[in-house]
Amino acid sequence: MIRKLAMTTVASMALTSTAAMADVVIADVAELSGAGAAAGAVWHDGVKMAVEEINAAGGILGEKIDLKEYDSQTDPQNSRAMVQKAIDDGAYVLLGTVYSSSTVVNMLVAQQNGVPQITGSESPTITAKGNPYIFRTAFGAQKGLPKLVSYLKDGIGAKKIAVVWANTEFGKGGYDAFMKIAAEQGLEIVADVPTEQAQVDFASDVAKVKGSGADAIFVYLTEEESARFLIEADKQGVELPLAGDTVLVSQKVIDLAGGAANGAFGHVGLSAEAPVDAIKEMAGKFQAKYGYGADHNAIKGYIGAYVIKYVTEQIGEFNQEKFAETMHGLCLDAATHPGVLMDVCWDDTGEMSRESFLVEVVDNAQQISKTLPAN
Amino acid sequence: MSEFIQLLISGLSAGSIYALAAVGFTLLWQASQTINFAQGEFVMVPAFFVLALSVKLGLPIWLAMPLTVILSVLLLGALFKKLIVEPMHKHGTIPLVIATIALGLLIKEMVKEFYSPLGQPFPSLFPQTVLTVGDAVISVPDIANFVIAMGTIVALQLFLGRTRTGRSMQATAQNPDVAQILGVDIQRMVMYTFLINGALAAIASILITPIYLAKFSNGETLGLVAFIAAIVGGFNQIRGALVGGLLIGVIDNMSATYFSAEYRQALPMILLIVIILVRPQGLLGTSEGRTV
Repeated sequence: MIRKLAMTTVASMALTSTAAMADVVIADVAELSGAGAAAGAVWHDGVKMAVEEINAAGGILGEKIDLKEYDSQTDPQNSRAMVQKAIDDGAYVLLGTVYSSSTVVNMLVAQQNGVPQITGSESPTITAKGNPYIFRTAFGAQKGLPKLVSYLKDGIGAKKIAVVWANTEFGKGGYDAFMKIAAEQGLEIVADVPTEQAQVDFASDVAKVKGSGADAIFVYLTEEESARFLIEADKQGVELPLAGDTVLVSQKVIDLAGGAANGAFGHVGLSAEAPVDAIKEMAGKFQAKYGYGADHNAIKGYIGAYVIKYVTEQIGEFNQEKFAETMHGLCLDAATHPGVLMDVCWDDTGEMSRESFLVEVVDNAQQISKTLPAN
Repeated sequence: MSEFIQLLISGLSAGSIYALAAVGFTLLWQASQTINFAQGEFVMVPAFFVLALSVKLGLPIWLAMPLTVILSVLLLGALFKKLIVEPMHKHGTIPLVIATIALGLLIKEMVKEFYSPLGQPFPSLFPQTVLTVGDAVISVPDIANFVIAMGTIVALQLFLGRTRTGRSMQATAQNPDVAQILGVDIQRMVMYTFLINGALAAIASILITPIYLAKFSNGETLGLVAFIAAIVGGFNQIRGALVGGLLIGVIDNMSATYFSAEYRQALPMILLIVIILVRPQGLLGTSEGRTV
């Protein structure tokens, strides 16, 4: 009897072990709390939704995804520790982080361990460091900003610009790119206002740009700070055009700022309102599942999880080295790879290119005014 | 000049809300030697009461806000005193300080866990309109926030100075033994102080959250500002906390504009250090005696 019981136990342990080994571990290291939760938590929901779909359709190469989540707490050093923990837990590919100030720190750990990492960060510095394991799900600010600057200059005829930016890795990257492009295009910067991460009071910043004599204000802040800035600008009766890249006109910022976001415009890489059927379908499922609207971060997370599936199936095995090699120079078309939602390519630095959009906020919603070609 | 006026009014508006939190901080110290390091979270959490009542339960906002004040008085006033302060007080000031730090963390994590770690939009009580005075464009919500916050503090001062209950509270704060001999129910007076602090926190929360957005981490900023304002103004005077709050609000705005946006968070701390070195009792504080 005892022998039978022991054999049954051993057999069931072996079965359990086999089942666990059959799962492929994918780690999502994201800003689930702290100042970046507005971005990271939404990204994570996008990742989860994609993983559930992939698992429901049979997983990757017949193996189910075991999605493990790690909270960076929007702290770069903590994100580094979480990436190390995820690698120790056997992550095949890392997703995240979204905040550039975290990614620029934690991607070194992934690189040292040879683990591919798909990030939602948009700071130009991320793909400029020669890291062969880092890949974006949205292109860097240096690719989107030329389109916005051209629109500021030619579309609304602005000559003098006030710049409000986050004094973080994300903000500094966008700020440097914007200043370079603005100088090339002959725009004069009449106010240069750095702000802090998690800043809550923007009264002085708004007053400063309001009195600067600018024709337009370029705002490059993260989600909650963008919303607070818009609320304060509305409170102080600012009537200048407010322009931004991706975040300022994102759905999350519109939800937070309410009517104060109306009239803001910007360039966005991804939008739930994009005239793309696959994105609309994904956004509809997201809304039904989570009860709130998908923004660019949700779409980025969703695409990231699907990229892992498509690339792994292309190489035919779970091989991190081959994964990274394959992604360099890879193009995935949405017709045969529907999870990427739009045709997309990566270059040899992990930077990506894809069509993008000019957006204006009208009646508390994004309104796409123009589709721009990939660059 | 117009920019200066706008910044001044905006600073006074924010400062008057900080003063509400600082006054509550001072009141608790005066009445019961409670240094409440959860004061920031006390100002953060009523905004979530409003959201829970209006968004989750569907109550109209005009009803959710007064209900929030009542809830805050009960939970952040009475319950706080009964569950935390009374059991810990007999062990001295330091254990009570640690208990309030723990309470602050608990409130913060509970909001994060049970509501959301994400910032939430919060309705403003006032229309987002502006008044033009000369070249200066002044925000109506700024003026309204200032009037309500200052009105609350003036009403509190009148209550403490002109009513029998208020004077009994003053007597309790100054010398509880003598007050008790004179027939004052000192436990009740101390309880009133906690209830008032709950109400002040709720009002501050309703006024500041449309600007800050409702977020679990708001208490970190608010608690620090309230503490600095109370120390700078004078820890044993309501009017000290008032001046401290207004000063911090104005200095924050002015320094970010005319000095350095990068060092704006450091300046209140520098002010705090200078005040402690030069005038330890605070700008309006006295080196002896306590009054609420």
